[in-house]
Amino acid sequence: MRKRLFYQFSLLLVAVGLVLAGCGNDEPASTNEATNAPADSANTGAPAEEGIKVGILHSQSGTMAISEVSVIDAELMAIEEINAAGGVLGKPIVPVLEDGASDWPTFAEKARKLISEDKVATVFGGWTSASRKAMKPVFEELNGLLWYPVQYEGLEASPNIFYTGATTNQQIVPSVTWLLENRGKKFYLLGSDYVFPRTANLIIKEQLKAEGGELVGEEYTPLGHTDYSTIISKIKEAKPDIVYNTLNGDSNVAFFKQLKDAGITAADMTTLSVSVAEEEIRGIGVDVLEGHLAAWNYYQTTDTPTNKTFVDNYKKKYGDDRVTADPIEAGYTAVYLWAAAVEKAGSTDVEKVKEAAKELEWEAPEGKVKIDGETQHLYKTVRIGEVQADGQFKELWNSGEAVKPDPYLKGYDWAASIQPTE
Amino acid sequence: MQLKKLAPRRLWILAGYAAAAAALFSAPLFVGDFRLNLLAKFLAFAIVALGLDLIWGYTGILSLGHGIFFGLGAYAMAMYLKLEASGGKPPDFMGWSGLKELPLFWRPFESFGFAVAAGIAIPAVLALVLGYFTFRNRIRGVYFTILTQALVIITTTLLIGQQAYTGGTNGITGYSALLGFSLGSPDTKRALYWITAAALISIFVLCRFLTGSRFGKVLRAIRDGENRVRFIGYDPAIYQMVAFTISAAIAGIAGMLFVLHVGIISPSMLGIVPSIEMVLWVAIGGRGTLIGAALGAILMNWAKSEFSTAYPEGWTLFMGLLFVLVVVFMPKGVAGLAGQLNWRKKRREPRHEGVRNPAV
Repeated sequence: MRKRLFYQFSLLLVAVGLVLAGCGNDEPASTNEATNAPADSANTGAPAEEGIKVGILHSQSGTMAISEVSVIDAELMAIEEINAAGGVLGKPIVPVLEDGASDWPTFAEKARKLISEDKVATVFGGWTSASRKAMKPVFEELNGLLWYPVQYEGLEASPNIFYTGATTNQQIVPSVTWLLENRGKKFYLLGSDYVFPRTANLIIKEQLKAEGGELVGEEYTPLGHTDYSTIISKIKEAKPDIVYNTLNGDSNVAFFKQLKDAGITAADMTTLSVSVAEEEIRGIGVDVLEGHLAAWNYYQTTDTPTNKTFVDNYKKKYGDDRVTADPIEAGYTAVYLWAAAVEKAGSTDVEKVKEAAKELEWEAPEGKVKIDGETQHLYKTVRIGEVQADGQFKELWNSGEAVKPDPYLKGYDWAASIQPTE
Repeated sequence: MQLKKLAPRRLWILAGYAAAAAALFSAPLFVGDFRLNLLAKFLAFAIVALGLDLIWGYTGILSLGHGIFFGLGAYAMAMYLKLEASGGKPPDFMGWSGLKELPLFWRPFESFGFAVAAGIAIPAVLALVLGYFTFRNRIRGVYFTILTQALVIITTTLLIGQQAYTGGTNGITGYSALLGFSLGSPDTKRALYWITAAALISIFVLCRFLTGSRFGKVLRAIRDGENRVRFIGYDPAIYQMVAFTISAAIAGIAGMLFVLHVGIISPSMLGIVPSIEMVLWVAIGGRGTLIGAALGAILMNWAKSEFSTAYPEGWTLFMGLLFVLVVVFMPKGVAGLAGQLNWRKKRREPRHEGVRNPAV
């Protein structure tokens, strides 16, 4: 009995070994496939030696994978396009993928690995503020370079990070002003219980005080919370003009479905979301979201010449059912901006690239963007959109020109009390 | 008595330990900065595994809440490091959460000594309180395990909810120095590695001493027949409480070391999943054997790190497969493998073999 067990075990061990070895052989091939590096360099068998390595560090497993995988796709597509056009400094870009696993210490570990083991020239990565905060000290310690593609709560400007998503004065602040002018004064703040919604609402509350709005309620639910009946009753009682929604992920599905079941439609009450984009609409369902609002810098429907090609290429590569959205576009833009800065600097050296990136301009799918040298954020156009029956946004308003990033809201008197203490 | 017969075997084991310790201490000579940092983290995990093994492998109490004790230690150290980085001013996250002044309970953490003492004492006291109310009321087995899980949920909810005081889901990160030594410098990292290795070895020796002592015998007796122990005249509750408290304190120490190496602590490290993972390390390494628990933690984390680098899209599947394989084919864990392989030669259960083999 025991002997048989041992025999089986050794057999299995051999089998597993073979499987692993097999996968091991597949791996470089799939990396090449992903980069689509020029054929000659792939065939010589050492693309990593000749190319410029860049890290891609998003969650490929865990709760955030559903959002972050699309950004990886966009970044890989940008790398592929740049490589097809000759690469940077005449060399192909070789992506090194790592999984942040929706776990912040893992992000820190993998960032360290990419910089000190793989010696990547730069890293594109992160989604949640928590993952960025975890990686920030690592990039600062090892003097790496991170491109972070998601809108966030601001109050940060690391010398080692470029922020290609919106900061608060490019999304939240103008959207609140717009709502106050167009939709009403009474605000109800609803968010998931983590850093972005809490900080965002802290800013909104100050802004409401300064611009004559009224706060009628503020509520936080844990990430992944799905029962909104109590909160919807509270909302009904408070009778707000606007529900400002900073819920994240699955909670949006539950909230909007239950809101509809409670008989509240977009015609009765405005909701504006800052974490619901085209991808999320697919998940939540158009029927419950139709007519609700969102604030972003980019929609799939944004009418720029570059965007048409971007959307076409994305769909061609990943399937007709796929949609593009703000963070996807920001990830794509990040790769191009980095490549442009490297070309301009003539080197991948972090200091030189940072210097070259100052005031760099690029025709992104969202329109012209420019890197602000001081904060390393982008000038971005603010857009408020309304969900249409086809799951796309119709732009109701835009800022007309790209807004200068102001992560610390220094240009707003009412924001004096929310400055970082350190 | 048996010692004479065992002598050659014991010698080999001692030689093995000595070799392992030598390897641990000389690792910085062979591996690069990044790998050393990883190894240091694994060693910190090995320390938790030792503590967990003490109560699970030896006392038969399954705690799925060791993440909290680990986390409390880690938070204590993180609070100190954060204050050191901010120079005693309220840390960044308090600012953006609308807190202008350093809360009272943060103040003592400006002292390194206090932080270390708190990192050990807070988990220990929490464990003692929990143990007092459960073991004395003879709550055990599954019920105790569920209670520990509840404690995990309470703690993580509290940490996430009190963002202004705890940093919320982001946790606490962004440190600069420890007692004036820059955390970024390779020298500090190497020193911290050695401190971790020394801590692991000392705690290993401590556990070894505990399990070999009369106290350890009572623990094993409790595991194998709590009522019999009670009838003999011992009070199992006291022993369980002490073992649980020691185990929690060890987890606290591990947490403090973890923060120093990883540079961040967040509520996700205290959650249900990491708490269960810790138990898995022990199960896979071999519960009831100290060396197994430590090895299990190191091996599993090493595998996790390697798999996720080699197969970023599918590594979780490999980890799952590994768990299943070990549970099915190595019921005694990695440490039991040697025994499994030369089962014919050995009739006698080895001294530190804790678990009766359920597979045969």
